[in-house]
Amino acid sequence: MQRGNIFDYKNYLYFKLAVILILLGFAAYLMFEPAVGYYGGSWLGYGLGTLSAIMVFWMAWYGIRKRRYRGSGATQGWLSAHIYLGTALTVLVTLHSGFHFGFNIHTLAYGMLLIVVISGFFGNYTYMIYPRLMTENMGEDNLDGLLLRIAEADKLARQIALLMPDDINNTVARACRETSIGIGLLEQLRGFQSDCPSAMAVEQLALMGHDLAVEHRKLYRDLYSIMVRRETLVRRARQDLMYRARLGFWLYFHVPFSIALLVAMVAHVVAVFFYW
Amino acid sequence: MTITTKAAAAEITPKHFNVIIIGAGPSGLSAATHAADLGVSYLLLEAATAPASTIRNYQRGKLVMSEPRSLPIRSSLPFTASLRETVLETWEKTIADYHLNVRYEAKVVDLHRTETCLEITLTDGEKLTADHVVLAIGVQGNLRKLEIPGGDLPQVQYQLDDAQAYVDETIVVIGGGDSGVENALALTGRNQVMILNRAEDFSNCKESNLSQLTEARKGGALDWLLETNPQAIELNSKGEFPITVFANTPNGVERIPCHRVIARLGALSSRPLLESFGVGFPTADLAALPLLSTHYESNVPGLYIVGALAGYPLIKQGINQGYEVIEYILGNPVEPADAALLREKFASFCNDRGVDDVLEKIRNRVPLLAMLNSLQLRELVLESNILLPAAGEIIFKRNDYSTTFFSIVEGELDVLIDEDNVPDAVLKAGEFFGEMALVSGRRRAGTVRARTPCVLIETPRRAMQKLISSVQSMRRVLNEVAIKSVVHICIGLSLSEEDLNDLANNATLKSYAAGEELFHEGDEADGLYLIQRGSVTVSHMIGGREVVLLYVAAGHYVGEMSLISGEPRYATVRAAVATEAVLIDAGRMRDIIARNPEIRGELDARYLQHLQEQENRQQQEASLESNGALGQQSTPSNLISFLIQQGVGEATDVLLIDESICVRCNHCEQACADTHGGATRLDRDTGPIFANIRVPTSCRHCEHPHCMKDCPPDAIHRAPHGEVYIDDSCIGCGNCQQNCPYDVIQMAVVQDQPEPSLWQMLLGIQPKALPNIGGTKVAVKCDMCKDIADGPVCVRACPVGAALRVNPEELLGYAGGGTSTEANLHGLTSH
Repeated sequence: MQRGNIFDYKNYLYFKLAVILILLGFAAYLMFEPAVGYYGGSWLGYGLGTLSAIMVFWMAWYGIRKRRYRGSGATQGWLSAHIYLGTALTVLVTLHSGFHFGFNIHTLAYGMLLIVVISGFFGNYTYMIYPRLMTENMGEDNLDGLLLRIAEADKLARQIALLMPDDINNTVARACRETSIGIGLLEQLRGFQSDCPSAMAVEQLALMGHDLAVEHRKLYRDLYSIMVRRETLVRRARQDLMYRARLGFWLYFHVPFSIALLVAMVAHVVAVFFYW
Repeated sequence: MTITTKAAAAEITPKHFNVIIIGAGPSGLSAATHAADLGVSYLLLEAATAPASTIRNYQRGKLVMSEPRSLPIRSSLPFTASLRETVLETWEKTIADYHLNVRYEAKVVDLHRTETCLEITLTDGEKLTADHVVLAIGVQGNLRKLEIPGGDLPQVQYQLDDAQAYVDETIVVIGGGDSGVENALALTGRNQVMILNRAEDFSNCKESNLSQLTEARKGGALDWLLETNPQAIELNSKGEFPITVFANTPNGVERIPCHRVIARLGALSSRPLLESFGVGFPTADLAALPLLSTHYESNVPGLYIVGALAGYPLIKQGINQGYEVIEYILGNPVEPADAALLREKFASFCNDRGVDDVLEKIRNRVPLLAMLNSLQLRELVLESNILLPAAGEIIFKRNDYSTTFFSIVEGELDVLIDEDNVPDAVLKAGEFFGEMALVSGRRRAGTVRARTPCVLIETPRRAMQKLISSVQSMRRVLNEVAIKSVVHICIGLSLSEEDLNDLANNATLKSYAAGEELFHEGDEADGLYLIQRGSVTVSHMIGGREVVLLYVAAGHYVGEMSLISGEPRYATVRAAVATEAVLIDAGRMRDIIARNPEIRGELDARYLQHLQEQENRQQQEASLESNGALGQQSTPSNLISFLIQQGVGEATDVLLIDESICVRCNHCEQACADTHGGATRLDRDTGPIFANIRVPTSCRHCEHPHCMKDCPPDAIHRAPHGEVYIDDSCIGCGNCQQNCPYDVIQMAVVQDQPEPSLWQMLLGIQPKALPNIGGTKVAVKCDMCKDIADGPVCVRACPVGAALRVNPEELLGYAGGGTSTEANLHGLTSH
């Protein structure tokens, strides 16, 4: 089952459009050298600037468009256009600047744009990589189901451990008590807990089995397999949370900086027309 | 003491009445209230201690239905669909308000005609006389009892009033019919329940009961023994259990100690009793109804029979008959209750004649409808629409999803099966059409257009199916015609009328359960199979493994390859879901082919195309196999097999999610909730996955929707484009939720949600959900956004294009990596 994705939408329609836009931008830049030199204040600069400003607003509108469920049309084409035209925007804006940079509101707006686009690139990367990995990790399970099974394993393991010697009971109790699954963004992004008590418990249990009384052996084997299963479940749950966090993390940059970009851009335009 | 009281009572109460009504059920109560209204001298006799025992024997809290909905009630006995308790309360109040002259515990043992009147004898020997007797005792009065030792113990009961009254008991339920199963299910949870069923399965049960039963047993809530008959019930002198049931099982006699036995064995036939009264029957069949005049009078003058005993099992019918019978007795001609409604139906057609005349005309014009008795015909017309299309008007279009059935009273219509706009057949007055969609549940196979101004009766599928299941001859005729149509549609466009008839008459209709083989690879060719209903997969052994090559849906045929080549079957064909196929014998088919070059050409073309497809698919499979891709199980044929296993074979439209590109943003669910009153109808992250394709928990819009089977208000419908939806008349009973094998129906409060502001949308902030203002829970499911202009929002809201809707015919295209246009080119949807 191979299907189109956001990149090859309508046979790369928006990719082609973006390339044409860039080529036109360059052609105009090379062919018409303004008398005043390359900068935003020339008519070429105004032209590129106006186009870019419209495009920025249109890009931002995507955020609204994709949540306007009561509207018409499909969102898929919008995302494809958002990606390719957003990329082309960096080139247009650079040409618009005429390569004049400095410590001012204009370059600040430019910088914001770059952050937004680059975070978007990262987003694309995650969109390409993680969906497949998530399915591989979870199969038909979902996170709620995994957590439920971990809780069940916890309960069972604790019950069995109560019948076992103290060292084993302590190890199991500690694993159940201190294992954390995706607490805090940082741990979610990392996808593991350093010195994970669950993994350690499995390791330690393996060593504790040697000098057990006969009546404990059977229970020990049961306990061990429960703890191994539990550790796998914990690892998968963390992995899933990690993928989710990474799939969404770039948006923490993309969205706030988009807002900042809008503000900076408005400031830049106002500054140009009123205080020049 | 007793004797003197009785003697005194006998002196006071008169012994002769104008009318004696036997049985205080709906019909009897209705007759008594009407007699009281008219001041007729009457007496109402009831064998039990309270009125309406059949309804009293319903389980507590059961909804009493008022079917047929279109029929008005004319009696002064009030009745609307409501809970059993409400119905009984209302009637008891009516009895009190009217001071009805009713005598309880008065069981009639004999009734005979004397020279002047009818004489009734009660159990205590008392004799009463009347000019007229109305017998309204129903069919449930005589419950069948266990005729084994111990069948009369106090721990053995023949009905279950309140299941809540029993806690922590071990209860044996005897009887595998619906009432037994419903009782058993109601007792689970708080009690140990064991069902004894003398049959080898529960096939007599309603499907919903059956599925709940299986579920309950899986959950350990109850158990059953099949092919088991109770032999004796004995009292235990000590121990926890008061009684022990000895049951004869296939593995010998089993002892079952228990607290209680509930035996639901159905009712005894009332025929012997009626015959002892002198009532005549038309046939020897025990189920036959007594011979009655149009005024409900039997062959015993003055003895009238109404209600279920007369063959009218519905409460409303009985109530109306109770009213009518009193009028008839008084010699007043009354119109049946539905006459006014029928007149309204006929307002645009033959309005100059009486209702009976028009019905007679319909009966004379349409032979199919002449098979119905007058009550059935009236009900059919009541539930139907009378259409008066002008010449050129289109009744339905090819590929429409409507499922109504049409009878032609007047006029002629053209049928257009292919695209060329040239009529392929003509339908004349007296014929009917639309039976294909009725049977297959699929899209209309052709367009029907009025040639002249017509008069049509359009009957809903549900009404039609009810009739088909009760009228044998109608089912036979419809089957014959359906076979003819499927032959016509599948192969016979250029066939002569005689050939067509010949084929249809000699074709056999075969049914297959899901997974059953129509034929096996290597078999001798026995003929051509036209799929009338359901769908099949075509598979072939490659490298010791069965590989699914094709999926063929209703309206197409399989088996032409060996028929043409004369070689053994090249592939195995298996029913994907419950399937019906019309088999045309090989010899006859070869004969037809030899005489019809056009058909030969068509079949040859199909054959070559099939060959090519199969060859391609095999190459693909083989190359994938040699690349080791089998380890990942992701070959197209495996994907088809997986989807068929998920019930996609009976679906008409399935939501799939390509997990390899889904970014888990949940916009699909949010969009669904936002546009459907706050409750999402799909669950993105549950459902089976195969090769990165997930079948999420979401409605597949089955060909024969399971949810529609048992909907009391008939709130589930199929829209012309195939969407199965629930309308506003849902009462929240939850039957559909239980009947859906795919768990896609949920009960939720539907309430329009505020649209988020632009700012909230930009930042992705969810607006606060409105508090629930007393809305009740109703059944909600996917309606494929039939009321939203641009189609399903789940698909439109997906930013990456991971959500897609497919119909099974397109499956192959998707599974094979092609586009849907390619799938169409594969020829699965054309013939």
